[in-house]
Amino acid sequence: MKLLQCPINGIRPLSEFTYGGEYRDMPDPDTCTDKEWAAYVHYRNGAPGLKKEWWYHGPSGTWFIAERDTMTDKVSRTYIAGQEEKQ
Amino acid sequence: MSSRIAKKRGEWINRDKPLTFEYEGQQVQGYEGDTISSALWANGVKVLGRSFKYHRARGILSFANHDVNALMTDGEDTNIRADVWPVSNGMKLEAVNTDGGVIKDKNKYIDYLSPFLPVGFYYKTFYKPKRMFPFWEDKIRKAAGLGKVNFNYPRHIKPKRYAHCDVLIIGAGASGLSAALEAAEQGFSVILVDENRQIGGSLTYDLAGDPAATDTLSTLQAAVESQANIRVIIDAYAGGYYGDNLVPIVEKSGITKVRAQTVIVAAGVFEQPPVFRYNDLPGVMLGSAAQRLVHRYAVKPFNKGVVVTANDHGYRTALDLASVGVEVVAVIDMRRDGAAQDITQKVKDKGIAVHKGSCIYEAVAAGDKLGVKEVVVCPYDETTAEADTSRSVRLACDGVAMSAGWAPAAALLYQAGTKMRYDDSIQQFVPAQLPESVFAAGKVNGVFELKARMQDGRRAAAEAMNYMGKVVAVDSVKQSLSSSPSHPYPIVNHPKGKNFVDFDEDIQVKDFINAAKEGFDNIELMKRFTTVGMGPSQGKHSNMNAIRILARIRQLPVEKIGTTTARPFFHPTPIGHLGGRGFHPHRYTAMHQWHVDNGGEMFEAGIWMRPGFYTPAGVKLSAADAVQQEALAVREKVGMIDGSTLGKIEVFGPDAAAFLERFYTGKFAGQKVGESRIAMLLDEAGVMLDDGIAVRMADDQFYVSTNSSNAATVYREMQRNVQLWKMQVTLVNLTGAMAAMTVAGPASRSVVEQLTDIDVSAAAMPDGAFRTGKVAGVDARLMRVSFVSDLAFEIHVPYKAGLHVWNAVMEAGKAFGIRPFGTDAQRLLRLEMGHHLISHDTDGLTNPFEAHSDSLVAMDKPFFIGQRSLKILAKKPLNKKLTTFVLDQGFNGELPNECNLVIDSANNISGRVTSISYSRYLNRHIGFAFVPPEQTNDGARFQIRTDSGAMVSATACNAPFFHLLES
Repeated sequence: MKLLQCPINGIRPLSEFTYGGEYRDMPDPDTCTDKEWAAYVHYRNGAPGLKKEWWYHGPSGTWFIAERDTMTDKVSRTYIAGQEEKQ
Repeated sequence: MSSRIAKKRGEWINRDKPLTFEYEGQQVQGYEGDTISSALWANGVKVLGRSFKYHRARGILSFANHDVNALMTDGEDTNIRADVWPVSNGMKLEAVNTDGGVIKDKNKYIDYLSPFLPVGFYYKTFYKPKRMFPFWEDKIRKAAGLGKVNFNYPRHIKPKRYAHCDVLIIGAGASGLSAALEAAEQGFSVILVDENRQIGGSLTYDLAGDPAATDTLSTLQAAVESQANIRVIIDAYAGGYYGDNLVPIVEKSGITKVRAQTVIVAAGVFEQPPVFRYNDLPGVMLGSAAQRLVHRYAVKPFNKGVVVTANDHGYRTALDLASVGVEVVAVIDMRRDGAAQDITQKVKDKGIAVHKGSCIYEAVAAGDKLGVKEVVVCPYDETTAEADTSRSVRLACDGVAMSAGWAPAAALLYQAGTKMRYDDSIQQFVPAQLPESVFAAGKVNGVFELKARMQDGRRAAAEAMNYMGKVVAVDSVKQSLSSSPSHPYPIVNHPKGKNFVDFDEDIQVKDFINAAKEGFDNIELMKRFTTVGMGPSQGKHSNMNAIRILARIRQLPVEKIGTTTARPFFHPTPIGHLGGRGFHPHRYTAMHQWHVDNGGEMFEAGIWMRPGFYTPAGVKLSAADAVQQEALAVREKVGMIDGSTLGKIEVFGPDAAAFLERFYTGKFAGQKVGESRIAMLLDEAGVMLDDGIAVRMADDQFYVSTNSSNAATVYREMQRNVQLWKMQVTLVNLTGAMAAMTVAGPASRSVVEQLTDIDVSAAAMPDGAFRTGKVAGVDARLMRVSFVSDLAFEIHVPYKAGLHVWNAVMEAGKAFGIRPFGTDAQRLLRLEMGHHLISHDTDGLTNPFEAHSDSLVAMDKPFFIGQRSLKILAKKPLNKKLTTFVLDQGFNGELPNECNLVIDSANNISGRVTSISYSRYLNRHIGFAFVPPEQTNDGARFQIRTDSGAMVSATACNAPFFHLLES
């Protein structure tokens, strides 16, 4: 079982976490075109590589971002969304 | 007729402790430390089992935990591996997969049918007619197979243990021991695992005849035993490799899950059999198996033998055999050039003939096929794999030792994601690129020479330590091998076949050729068609030869063929090791025991247990009647349901209202304290996820409910968005902390008002109103809701008070004929009211416009989740819409089921039923269906196709359905 570094609680086994999907920056709903919005909602890039992902540490209720290479399954870093610089 | 020889240095048996056991009705003597196979072999018993498919007699092959034809049952346990299982006093063993004993096995006739049972025979022959398949299946299962499962097997609870270490080393041979010492001396904690009952690896057999090597082993052993940083686990195997260096170590007593910072695989190699006709007869065994018999168990493998070899190991085997008095007739070397001069001379000095460029064309069975009586030796052409039968020689013997090469025990390396390459200089796959915290050392890494293996172990340990941050020098390893340890193609073609590649599944060379002809010429396809490597040994002695054969068929280099990955577990592992205590947690509401005591039929509802309906003790009531009576009680009098499973989340803070405005589709900013509003949640695509009620308790405090099944998800999404939107909001999940119950029906007000100080009159508490106060003396939250009936009160109280309040309501309701109702009645009641259930009547694509929920969507808000998608959807015509419908009055045909399709006049699918139920109150069948939008108008007719294909007319009908009673 994989281990994952929760930015608040440290290294914990994967069974304590829930995957929350790829992190994607939402386009401005007021200015984007329908096409851009549809692409944001429906398209996912399945190509292996470095992805930003949402992960949730269940016991503590912590959402955070993990940067994971889906090719090697290596997590390079994790941080609370919006606090990227602090960690 | 004992084959036991004089005591040997380092032998594994304890001659002071003789043991007696029974094999196939025969008394057998052994010693403590013997395995079943070694004790039987010492007593001259050479038929240890029957093969899986052809029921051929089999003896010792590898003697290394993959002799899967020598499987025993002791009556309780089955598929006991005789080659490694220790004997104990009083064991009563029988070989598995026989009909009438291993010698007289009635199924041995199948061997004579083998020409008619080519590869793929079963797939092609028995699949039709389909009705006959069970008959054939029964026959085949009886004839082919392993041990019979004893269904009275007692339950042995095995512990799950955990361990952590800096370095986990798999394999305690020369390289593993050296690696362990290197790391431990630098202060790292080491766990060293070996599947044998003593450490030492190949030093305990291959080089055991060499006193210098044995001294080296003694030194290593002593050093490891005195090193406090090393924990040695013997008689245990590393079962598999899982993410981030989690390796389950399987012992007889149970599993230890080891989490290591680094893993060094020093698991060695498996000896591979050369392939020639009748290479499976009892008495024909691998050279390393013969060496193990000699050095570990002091048993003579045979009296007069031949060694067939394609490497120098065969010469060492010959010397070992000669040293214990075996008459070695000849060393047959398949290589044109033979071995180096010095070792050849050593063998010749013992009076053993050496035939270079020769092969065993076939072994000849003794009359009863239970042993070997001679071998046919021919000149061998290494390039064509053909024997020159015109110049054959017959050599009488009662045993053959085979040494043609090795395959790496790299299963864990593959599982860890190691890229392997084929090294032509040693004709073996070796690691090319390892994961960063996994290392390989010794023979599995292609290093064979003893000194080099010890260096390689220390080199791997040094690399592991560098990975962990300790800077130590990494010395490179050099070995000088006089010849390749493995032969590139140790196969001898034979027109009559029975030259076995896979002993688990009785697969011969021609099976591969036939498979390739059928088009299964990729290693993965060939594996599945021929079943090579799919037996209990997982290809440990067959995959390498299979790859070599396929490479030759396709005329490709071995590396291009690639390998298959052996999945965990490394050896078959008893289910009891993996199974744990039943741990399937359920949540119970505060009133759970009450439901059980009062006849509640409890069902799983997500993680909760809920009563579906009640059948009180002593009352004869069908489930359907119970549900209808409960529903009638709510319509005509009063009923109560336990609603504690509802998600209950409190949202606090200055941004609480603003947060809900963004999160849900409705408006909350202007919501008055004491009012409730529907809270519908969409996803970003505008699909309906959940609906609940949001109550404003204070300007900065909301109390939000969710559907029972969505409590965790909605809470989680709230948490994510609070963070994402950076809002001043605090969330508290009260789902488990609060009990809830709904009192519903025309008499509900009369019941509730007896228990509370809150004014529940129609004027003071209209539908949707929320009040706090005392109910049955307990601080409560009281809400007017209308999900199951026009008049209903939802009472929320702290969990601990739940049962008290429930009992108080039941008591107060007695005079009004109150009945508890379950989830089944609730579903019927909400259907009568015309309320859809999200994710029951809607699916993963349904948007609010399709479910008559336009009024809940405040499109004029600046933002809510899913709004942008709805703006796009709003521009498009709808092609389906949810409608309520009734079947015709007095309908008594085949009732449509949920998911039955709506069929239009052109016989096309135009929709589907999502809910359907009979209502006794209405005396009508009512339901929800998706239909084309024009068919949602009151009175529109459409057709539903039932399971049997019958068409049933339905009529779209406005809900609530109660107007049907007036007409």
